[in-house]
Amino acid sequence: MELLDRISSTLQKGEDEQVAELTKQAIDENIPAQDILDNGLIAGMNVIGEQFRKHEIFLPEVLLAAKAMYAGMDLLKPLFIKEKVPTQGKVVIGTVHGDLHDLGKNLVGIMLKGAGFDVIDLGKDVPAEKFVEAAKTEDAGVIGMSALLTTTMPVMKKVVELLKENGLEDAVKTIIGGAPASEDFADEIGVNAYGFDAGKAVELVKELTGKK
Amino acid sequence: MRPKVKFLTEQLIMDILAEAFEILCKLGVELHNKSVLEMLSDHGCNVDMGKMHVNFTEEVINKALKSAEGEFKLYDIHGNQTHDFSGDNVHFTPGSAALNILDHETKKLRKPLTQDYIDYAKILNQLPYIASQSTAFIPSDVAAQISDSYRMFLSLLYCEKPVVTGTFTIESFEVMKDFQLAVRGSEKALKEKPLAIFSCCPTSPLKFSDVTSQNVVDCAKYGIPVEFISMPLSGFMAPVTLTGTVIQHTAETLSGIVISQLTNPGAPMLYGGSPAIFDVRYETTPMGAIETMMIDCANNEIGKYLGLPTQAYISLSDSKQLDAQAGLETGIGATLAALAGINNLSGPGMLDFESCQSLEKLIVDNEICGMTLRLVQGIEPKEDFPSLPHFEELLQEQHLLISKHSRKYLRDEHYFPGTVIDRANRARWQEEGALFLEDRANNEVKRLISEYTPSEISDDIRNELVKLMEAEAKRYGQDTLPERL
Repeated sequence: MELLDRISSTLQKGEDEQVAELTKQAIDENIPAQDILDNGLIAGMNVIGEQFRKHEIFLPEVLLAAKAMYAGMDLLKPLFIKEKVPTQGKVVIGTVHGDLHDLGKNLVGIMLKGAGFDVIDLGKDVPAEKFVEAAKTEDAGVIGMSALLTTTMPVMKKVVELLKENGLEDAVKTIIGGAPASEDFADEIGVNAYGFDAGKAVELVKELTGKK
Repeated sequence: MRPKVKFLTEQLIMDILAEAFEILCKLGVELHNKSVLEMLSDHGCNVDMGKMHVNFTEEVINKALKSAEGEFKLYDIHGNQTHDFSGDNVHFTPGSAALNILDHETKKLRKPLTQDYIDYAKILNQLPYIASQSTAFIPSDVAAQISDSYRMFLSLLYCEKPVVTGTFTIESFEVMKDFQLAVRGSEKALKEKPLAIFSCCPTSPLKFSDVTSQNVVDCAKYGIPVEFISMPLSGFMAPVTLTGTVIQHTAETLSGIVISQLTNPGAPMLYGGSPAIFDVRYETTPMGAIETMMIDCANNEIGKYLGLPTQAYISLSDSKQLDAQAGLETGIGATLAALAGINNLSGPGMLDFESCQSLEKLIVDNEICGMTLRLVQGIEPKEDFPSLPHFEELLQEQHLLISKHSRKYLRDEHYFPGTVIDRANRARWQEEGALFLEDRANNEVKRLISEYTPSEISDDIRNELVKLMEAEAKRYGQDTLPERL
């Protein structure tokens, strides 16, 4: 599909206005919304993700592409609701209680959105209960938690415990990130995954939600 | 503002020059070349043919300095300008003429072969921060008499950058000059667009060999740039003090300048050198010693005071492996030299007192060169005033990763090293194999060799170079050249 290829390549260049125009054109031509998303927008983001991983492009290019992705997504969303198309999935993210460092978490949010996920960003200083509550009400498949201060890391453990208490440990996967976090710590507290950077986080969320 | 480092006051420079003049006029220089001695005698120098000795005059030194050109340019194999030897411009070239190569697989030294040289040339063609190739090591699988010209031959076939080289004999000059004529097409074209620099090395203390003297003369005749590589050794073949060593270096280099400029006024030259302190504990000449680097920087100041472009053997290491010592000595040297504004820096790739080249080190050093080239660009405001709009945008957007200002200046302001420099967080580093520096460098060596695209040198030139090299080899009893893959 030539038009969808153009959406993909324009997205890769970070041209948000053009991506919006082309997406509108695709909608007008009655191309199914799911098709536009999968073979246009997400196809483009997949290329970007791969190039980023290989150091061929840098973070700003990824973010520009993500911005272009939103421009297309904004037009597709009403159709998804109308056509009841399932989205990539919902992810609840936040910086855990006691911690105000949200740069890494914000980056993960931008990149997840860029990969087509619905992101519910709870902001910073988020208590464990709020993560679990949001996952329940939003029907999210993943909770992403970030911390920079070692002192705030017990909150992550508490989230895992609360999910178990609510019988949600299978329905809601957990992923953590941030300077003091590690693969070992994730294993120790029973978190499903540890992402060492935003790119890795997206890769892991895709795995956790079976989108990869 | 370009950051700058200086070691000498103007008064000290003048005092050093006065001493060097006095040495050349009163003590003179031992010079083993009859025709050069005759030329010097014709210009009023006091020559003793029997002792092969010359005492210069102030007039002749000043005359030579007056005719010396303050700058020149260098061009690649296609005639594109690559070097501007003027002001404080900095260009890197690999350390030259190593006898050994460090084998990555065995971690041992061995004699380099033709294929090693070809691999080196292929890699160097793709290293962005090393502007010229040097004939970096000596292939051991050809007759010794052609080992100098053969390096240049391989360099011209496989790498498009200009060449820093030199001859080991008087005879080799002919074919090495013919290689350059084959590339440029005529003597006039070669003079207009120099392709190579020849290193000419006085012997400390205060001697010029027959070969070096003749090389200076031959290069001057064809307008081939030379770099004088005087090598005083502080505390052994030179005074122990850094100032005393600089005085000796000045005298030795000035004598070379006189030979060049009397032969052909205006012939291009670099005021260069490879001095070192002498380590009286190990009887070695440490290129990585901080004092060696200080002498190099001081020599540059003398050269610049005389209005000449400069060179030094700096940004190299005495370590035997690609270890922390290799990095620190090379890095400190490159940084100091660039801050001093030395125009041609010979060193990258070199280990073990200029005797061993490492392809892996070359990859690492390319990054050191890239960093120092960024360093000397200094800090310049780029649409930073007024700054309020940037901060308003930051507070509103929460980041400036994709702001217009960031996108415009990111790649100019920040130097992005290749993958040999580890900047991943630990988890990513582990996921990508937890490789140490040398293995990451070796991955790059392999990648660059496999991604090499052949030099775009024309078939006519290629054939002419092969013809010249084969004839030269035959002259010394070697009927065939090693296979080139």
